[in-house]
Amino acid sequence: MQLNKAEYAALVKKASPRSAVGRNCVWAFAVGGCICAVGEGLRQWFLAAGYTLSDASLLASVGLIFLSAVTTALGWYQKLASRAGAGTLVPITGFANAVVSPAIEFRCEGLVTGSGAKMFVIAGPVIVYGTLAGSAWGLVWYLIRPYVGGMV
Amino acid sequence: MNYLWAFVVGGGLCVIGQLLIDLTALTPARILVGYVVAGVVLSAAGVYQPLVEFAGAGASVPLLGFGHTLAQGAVRAVELHGLIGVLTGPLAAAAGGITASLLAGFLMALVAHSRDQN
Repeated sequence: MQLNKAEYAALVKKASPRSAVGRNCVWAFAVGGCICAVGEGLRQWFLAAGYTLSDASLLASVGLIFLSAVTTALGWYQKLASRAGAGTLVPITGFANAVVSPAIEFRCEGLVTGSGAKMFVIAGPVIVYGTLAGSAWGLVWYLIRPYVGGMV
Repeated sequence: MNYLWAFVVGGGLCVIGQLLIDLTALTPARILVGYVVAGVVLSAAGVYQPLVEFAGAGASVPLLGFGHTLAQGAVRAVELHGLIGVLTGPLAAAAGGITASLLAGFLMALVAHSRDQN
């Protein structure tokens, strides 16, 4: 049977299960919102403890990272992620999960070539492109700074 | 109110990610990379800092906030050290989150390996 691209795409669409986009979005909103609200709670707590605004934000993220690491080790985070989708992926807890999960999974291949290397399977590209984008903006800022003044 | 806006804005940013998963063929790794780079761009455009001031952790906890941190670090380091800040600024600002993640990964690899093989 010969199919052109459009016919094939129509067949794929017919055969694919209807993904419940609406329900997925509600889950992502609720779970992602809850994770951020917990982060806000940590931030307020560190602010009340006398930390500066930027330090309190960092410490709140660190708190969420360790919460994510423990729940990943217990297998709970993956269970939540199967329902919450992007709600557990987009917050910093998703980044931590992407580091911790392969670190545990590849422990059997050793601490160096197993855990040490595989921690960066997803975190690596995030750090690479984030750093490159940040550096590019730094260079642009260096060049336009004399003209726009110290606005930041 | 702080908690409400953190919930709504953080949840909303996650819904955008969910729509990207459901409506496009993007993999989670690509979405994370996209969010960090988008965070740098939004920070450079000057729109992310106001969002952080408005929504607190609702804006700083999603990975867009990680990009914002990288971009802010670049600007601060350029202000303090000039051109060398282009190289040192972004990663230095993100060091806390990255090192915490690596430490968490290492510790969990040490204590949790037997359980995961079940």
